[in-house]
Amino acid sequence: MSNTVHHSVVDRENDYIHAGYGLKSWLLTVDHKRIAILYLISITIFFFVGGFFAFLLRLELMTPAGDIVSAETYNKLFTMHGVVMIFFFLIPSIPAVLGNFLVPLMIGAKDLAFPKLNLMSWYVYNIGGIFALYALVNGGVDTGWTFYTPYSSTYSLSNVVPVVIGAFILGFSSILTALNFIVTIHKMRAPGLTWFKLPLFIWASYATSIITVLATPVIAITLCLLLFERLMGVGIFDPALGGDPILFQHLFWFYSHPAVYIMIIPSMGVISEVVTCFARKRIFGYKFMAYAIMAIAIFGFLVWGHHMFISGQSVYAGFVFSALSFMVAIPSAIKVFNWTATLYKGHIEFRTPILYAFGFIGLFTIGGLTGLFLASLATDVHLTDTYFVVAHFHYIMVGGAVMGYLGGIHFWWPKMTGRMYNEAWAKFSALILFVGFNLTFFPQFVLGYLGMPRRYYIYPDEFQVLNVLSTAGATILGLGYIIPMVYLLWSLRKEKNVGTNPWGATGLEWTTQSPPITHNFEKTPVVTGEPYVYQEEEKVVE
Amino acid sequence: MSNNSDSAVGHAHHFTDMDQQREASTLGMWTFLVTEIMFFGGLFVAYALYRSMYPEAFAEASLRLNLLLGAINTGVLICSSLTMVLAVRDAQSGKVKGLVRYLIATIVLGSAFLVIKAFEYSHKIHEHLIPGSSFQFAGPFGQQAEMFFSLYFMMTGLHAIHMIIGIGVLSVLLYQAKRGRFTAEYYSPIDVAGLYWHFVDVVWIYLFPLLYLVSRH
Amino acid sequence: MSQHVIPQKVYYLVFVTLILLTLVTVDVAFYNFGFLNIYIAMGIATVKATIVALYFMHLRYNPRLTWLFAGAGILWLFIMFVLTIADYITR
Repeated sequence: MSNTVHHSVVDRENDYIHAGYGLKSWLLTVDHKRIAILYLISITIFFFVGGFFAFLLRLELMTPAGDIVSAETYNKLFTMHGVVMIFFFLIPSIPAVLGNFLVPLMIGAKDLAFPKLNLMSWYVYNIGGIFALYALVNGGVDTGWTFYTPYSSTYSLSNVVPVVIGAFILGFSSILTALNFIVTIHKMRAPGLTWFKLPLFIWASYATSIITVLATPVIAITLCLLLFERLMGVGIFDPALGGDPILFQHLFWFYSHPAVYIMIIPSMGVISEVVTCFARKRIFGYKFMAYAIMAIAIFGFLVWGHHMFISGQSVYAGFVFSALSFMVAIPSAIKVFNWTATLYKGHIEFRTPILYAFGFIGLFTIGGLTGLFLASLATDVHLTDTYFVVAHFHYIMVGGAVMGYLGGIHFWWPKMTGRMYNEAWAKFSALILFVGFNLTFFPQFVLGYLGMPRRYYIYPDEFQVLNVLSTAGATILGLGYIIPMVYLLWSLRKEKNVGTNPWGATGLEWTTQSPPITHNFEKTPVVTGEPYVYQEEEKVVE
Repeated sequence: MSNNSDSAVGHAHHFTDMDQQREASTLGMWTFLVTEIMFFGGLFVAYALYRSMYPEAFAEASLRLNLLLGAINTGVLICSSLTMVLAVRDAQSGKVKGLVRYLIATIVLGSAFLVIKAFEYSHKIHEHLIPGSSFQFAGPFGQQAEMFFSLYFMMTGLHAIHMIIGIGVLSVLLYQAKRGRFTAEYYSPIDVAGLYWHFVDVVWIYLFPLLYLVSRH
Repeated sequence: MSQHVIPQKVYYLVFVTLILLTLVTVDVAFYNFGFLNIYIAMGIATVKATIVALYFMHLRYNPRLTWLFAGAGILWLFIMFVLTIADYITR
């Protein structure tokens, strides 16, 4: 890594956006805020690529017959939709964009601990992305995003190798970001900012980073073994050579179940910030919220076997994994109750971010409760590999994680850009998203319960009405994603700056100018008070 | 990983002082080592599983490894860990000459390890013990022995890649040390590289008995 | 942090112990203790690894936080082992 840290004197008139001009000043930046913007661009591109696949999938499923794509193409579409959305959008979304931008600001630091590693992680992300896009252009991959062996290692004729290499490389990008967050949160907090004064978004970022660091290497080695198996005929997972394909599933889900929490916990952090700000109340049960986040992160490692109930795993292991899975419901419920309690008797201001927060709380609750159906061995046998599962995880991933991400973008957009978007449009699109989302995925619960299996491009006639509803919902949902793109970009045209703290929020990030200067704070802040001091006197920050 | 290489004189701009910077580097490396534990961990799980499934085959296949070379390599690695820690010690006390000397010794020992390893690998190629279509293993456990050798090559290969990376990092540090980049105040790259080097040694400490000593009795 | 310099003697002592333990582990491998073989081999390896971590990696002189991190890595490896192997032994 070249020596690019600029010890430039901060121009008081300027902010990080105007700290340098030209492409090079962005591509070689080590400023965490600029890297966040770079990530925002990359991630948005991948989101729309993944969304395009979803659109084609729903289009195909409008009729019972296979009239738009072939079975093979359909397999590739849902695989690429999953791979792109999970690895290239959901996992990096909040940590890499909002986390990168906010972690140093929220703890009163000048930057992350290792700025060059941070930039490197963005490049690594894009290199991984290039591999995935190459596979896509070259004909796609059809294994499902789970890459189950022995299909992926022996039988599939599609581009397994480049996609797996892409996912492998991407893992390093997440690890670098997580490592940076962990060290930064441990070592670079402002004077006086003890652990229990940290904003919950920081707790969430910390928990997420811990999961990333502990789980991601396992998927890396698993994909590595898969590559060797496919390329060199080594038989670690190949039953024909004495290997066990279920071992692949164990190792895969050891990462991929915690990865669900990598996707949802940051959203929980965002929602905590938003709810307390617009309810104008302290968060209810702050310490419980922090403990609950850590508990989810830790329990998340003990439940992976619930993805394998019908895989041939031992029934006794199934019992244990099922029981442990129910445990995750406890801290999750604590969080939902505490958000609700925070809203109770609050002076709620119906601004855009809290509409997303409402959406999140409702949809996450539905997603979480339907998860309990799937954690029970008996009902899971009926529901496995049906649309019930699809609906369940989309309620968590889209209704939860994406709502949280968009809520966060809307909340901190004025801080990131210094501009306010058109709130009428923003509220309208939040509503559209909520309606479109439910219309898309609620019918899928019913479809799954009635027995429609996932990953088929044709289906019996009696399922058509619900499928048409779902496709109609997806169209509305798609619109709900495009509208924010327009008004957010449009807001950049405005001249007017929103000022330091447009929402009247607490937190160190709201004490510095919008957009912040390159080194974030004119003077290192000193924290003396509790977090979320709404209603009472303003938090004392010097 | 030279995270803060822009701070030969003072600490990097975003840290408050040298202590904070040093603590951050050390904690960063330990965090990285945790990821390494889990990275190798996946392989160790696979090894444990297949060894318990095919104990006889593993015992027989293990006898085909060269115990003498494996033991010598263990010694070589332990020596290299010693020279590495002495390099860190000289860096701490600002003795640049000693630092350079010990870094060279560590690089030489690390390379010796790789040479011996390459020697072993080439023997295995001659004996048709590379997993794949050309694999040959007489006796009733042919296929299961192939599993042993798959794991053997994955584990030692991954370890060797880590050694190569380590030697690369140390070479860069050696170059910088010669140019007087490190002082008693600023030596965390050496310290952090040392942590990595010892970790790779620890991995070998487990690999050696697991692969070479399955059943020598 | 490894701020204070540790006497060279300690490092040499650790080195000698490690070499001796390597010889021991090779030697005991030639005796058959039945199912204990693997536990003995892993036990000796763990002693060696612990010594390396404590002295060469200065864990002994590090703050508790570093212990916590190292411990977390080992604990999570243990979780992965136990829950995976538990499936296989109860089939």
